[in-house]
Amino acid sequence: MFRTRIDRPLLIALLLLGLGGLVLLFSASGGNWQLVFRQGIRLSLGLILLFALAMTPPRYFRMASPALYLLALLLLVAVLIFGARGKGAERWINLGLFQFQPAELMKLALPLALAWYFHEHPGAPRWDEVLAATLIVALPAALIVVEPDLGTGILVIGAGAAVLFLSGIKPRYLFGFALLLAATLPLAWHFLHGYQRQRLLIFLDPQRDPLGAGYHIIQSKIAIGSGALFGQGFLKGSQAQLNFLPERTTDFIFSVFAEQFGLIGSLALLALYAFIIGRGFILAARAHTRYGRLAAAGIVSTFTLYVVVNVGMVIGVVPVVGVPLPLVSYGGTSIVTVLAGFGILMGIAAHRRLIDA
Amino acid sequence: MKVHARRAVVAGVLFSLIALMLVLRAVDLQVIKQSFFAGRAAHQQLRTIRLPAHRGMILDRRGQPIAISTPVDSVWANPRVILGQKVNLAPLARMLGEAPERLAQRVKGFPKREFLYIARGLPPARAQSILGLELPGVHVQREYRRYYPAGPVAASVVGFTNIDDRGQYGLELEYNHWLEGKPGAMRVVTSATGTPVEDDELIAAPRPGRNLVTSLDMRIQYLAHQALAGKVAALGASWGAAIVIDVKTGGILAMANVPSYNPNVRSDLKASLYRNRAVADLFEPGSVFKPFVIAAALATGRWRPESWVNTGDGTLDIGGYRIRDDRALGRISLTTLLEKSSNVGAAKVALSLNPEYLYRVLSGFGFGSLAAGGFPGTVPGRLEFYGRWVPAQQAAISRGYGVSVTALELAQGYLAIADGGIFRPVGFLKRKRSDSGVRVISSRVAAELRRMLTTVVSDRGTGFLAEVPNYRVAGKTGTARLYSVRLGGYVPGRYTSVFAGMAPARHPRLVVVVVIQDASHQVSFGGRNLIAFGGLAAAPVFQQIMAGTLRLLNIAPDPGTVLAKLKPRAAWQQGPA
Repeated sequence: MFRTRIDRPLLIALLLLGLGGLVLLFSASGGNWQLVFRQGIRLSLGLILLFALAMTPPRYFRMASPALYLLALLLLVAVLIFGARGKGAERWINLGLFQFQPAELMKLALPLALAWYFHEHPGAPRWDEVLAATLIVALPAALIVVEPDLGTGILVIGAGAAVLFLSGIKPRYLFGFALLLAATLPLAWHFLHGYQRQRLLIFLDPQRDPLGAGYHIIQSKIAIGSGALFGQGFLKGSQAQLNFLPERTTDFIFSVFAEQFGLIGSLALLALYAFIIGRGFILAARAHTRYGRLAAAGIVSTFTLYVVVNVGMVIGVVPVVGVPLPLVSYGGTSIVTVLAGFGILMGIAAHRRLIDA
Repeated sequence: MKVHARRAVVAGVLFSLIALMLVLRAVDLQVIKQSFFAGRAAHQQLRTIRLPAHRGMILDRRGQPIAISTPVDSVWANPRVILGQKVNLAPLARMLGEAPERLAQRVKGFPKREFLYIARGLPPARAQSILGLELPGVHVQREYRRYYPAGPVAASVVGFTNIDDRGQYGLELEYNHWLEGKPGAMRVVTSATGTPVEDDELIAAPRPGRNLVTSLDMRIQYLAHQALAGKVAALGASWGAAIVIDVKTGGILAMANVPSYNPNVRSDLKASLYRNRAVADLFEPGSVFKPFVIAAALATGRWRPESWVNTGDGTLDIGGYRIRDDRALGRISLTTLLEKSSNVGAAKVALSLNPEYLYRVLSGFGFGSLAAGGFPGTVPGRLEFYGRWVPAQQAAISRGYGVSVTALELAQGYLAIADGGIFRPVGFLKRKRSDSGVRVISSRVAAELRRMLTTVVSDRGTGFLAEVPNYRVAGKTGTARLYSVRLGGYVPGRYTSVFAGMAPARHPRLVVVVVIQDASHQVSFGGRNLIAFGGLAAAPVFQQIMAGTLRLLNIAPDPGTVLAKLKPRAAWQQGPA
């Protein structure tokens, strides 16, 4: 039973990514074993969670979805009140042993909650249902944005939008959302923090402040560019080893990888991500219930958005937003929630197969 | 197709497009624009640093160091990095013993600069502990610092370098091209803070400078400095200079100047102390000039050492001027003329000579032109062109007035007398033999002149204090009234005291010239207070230097001199006369 519930190709791909990430982290941190060890613990924790969730029947997820969502929402409120400050934002809750980021939990809880909602309201969503779904997305997104964590907020909205889109929402609503987005953009600009506006301007023209706000993206592009076709070799990337590259164990770890392994490596890594995403969508399509399909697709969409935004950011096609590269960037909550998400995905897929059998 | 299936296809296409965009961008960065970004990486990671070259040592003829370079470290800062990263410099300031606020202010003063010296010439160990602070933007650079073991003893000759290791004065300046190395360059990989992490490529190895072996002999230099400094202090003279020349090679064995300075610590010294007066200060030589006029006379063949000159009652009126001797000498030989330094006699001899001829001989001895030796700041002496001479002037020149020389010029002239009548340029570099020279007088005349000059340094002569036991010394005293440009005339009671001579007289090996300028104290001698005549002020210094140098160089005594002829005078010569 254990065997059949785990999707082996997906698991192998995830393990490859996770273990490869540890090796890369070793290089990016300049040989910091302690860092690699801590990340290894989290990876193991995530894998245990993956196995546990893969063996759980999906109906439990469905039943638990609203509760999980409410819990995540409460934690988001809590983090605003009690949260630990890190780099100017209140994003973490200190759990003693390690810190916990409620926004990461919401990334998982939101697609599940939306899937649950559309499962409870079958058929093409009516306008009031679209409104309700929008609220389900907007509430946590707003809480995350005021933390402030614009990147995660946008990703949560993106994940919600993906689920809405896949739920079969009528094109006129999609059109309406597009209009609403266009209308609120100037307003949103007004509410952005100075550094966030700066990042957007820098994205358009990194050279306007090469030693300041534009430094990250310039150094990242230099690192990736000097990787060339075959890279400078493992542990050799000069940009990373000489401290030019900032945030190289977290958000900019892809640059470290691209500098050391070149275009060949970059394409291989992107291919690995593409395989995981593709496999995830295949599993989602196989889901039996509407909840299963939407939840699975939502989880995979969130993962996809993370990859696209992070890689897009370090290669300079997306503005700098603090988003980790899933399963590779150093950071605890993300790796655990991502693996938990894939556990749920596998559980949903396996359940269908069991019923079919 | 159901709605959600269509939507899934749309989503799939969308994701594929995004993936394609990422791939294209990766190709763009890593293949198409690769060289641009690799160039940017090299630009910020590689830096070329200067590798200072070791400056050659200055050595004396026996290999003793006169100037040596030792490695030191200089700490510099990159104000842009320090201000940009708000680096706290307080630990650095504490280590340098500077007020933290002052250091911070200094760095703040140059926000746009990328290079600012913080401290120069630190011992390497201290610089290492500063590097240990690991402050971003604070770096250490290897440099060399010049040390002069002899301190003030050879300072005016050797000169010094500036903080950038460039020769500024003296031999350091003159032979800078030889001593100076060629700095190398090294490309280093630097981290984001600018700290060199590893060597990348040696672009050019530093080429060390070459050692300069001079003709100086530091033993003799010390001796000359000490003897001269003692006398200058005792007499309250304004300055003194002494030169020792090796006759065989024309090399300068010693050149002392007093007052001097310590070239190792010169931040608070006056520039006037740097001057090498032996080559840069002109004075009227007085009677030390007479031998050159006598040489010209002997070379005509009309005059012999025993030829008579009638000095009469010791006065001679010519062109409205009166020339006097100290006392009436009557009819005397040329030898006695030199021995007693008769002004009237010298004037009569000079007036018997054709002005053009006399001028040519004096010029041949090097007067009126730039002294050789290649020393920065050398000043040419003055000798009026014969076409403008009047008899009074010709008479004045005969006793060393109306002509001005440097101590080195005078030494060169005496060297020609010592060297068989051939004028050869002198120099500061060690060499085997002297340069080819120009004959001024025949070797017979030179020998006759030397023999005549030995009578000066005898019990009867004016230079008796220059006598060196066991050696025959040929020399001449000189006392010239001090001319003041400011006052436009001779200053009463103030003199230039000179002694120039050579030994051993028959085959001279050494020429020594001593000049003591403007002694303010009188010389007490034999229970009387006398003015600082050349024979009283300069001759004892000459004696000390000559005796010491003869001994140091193991020069054999003249044959026929009485060994260990000790005279009561020897006791007087020790203390300040």
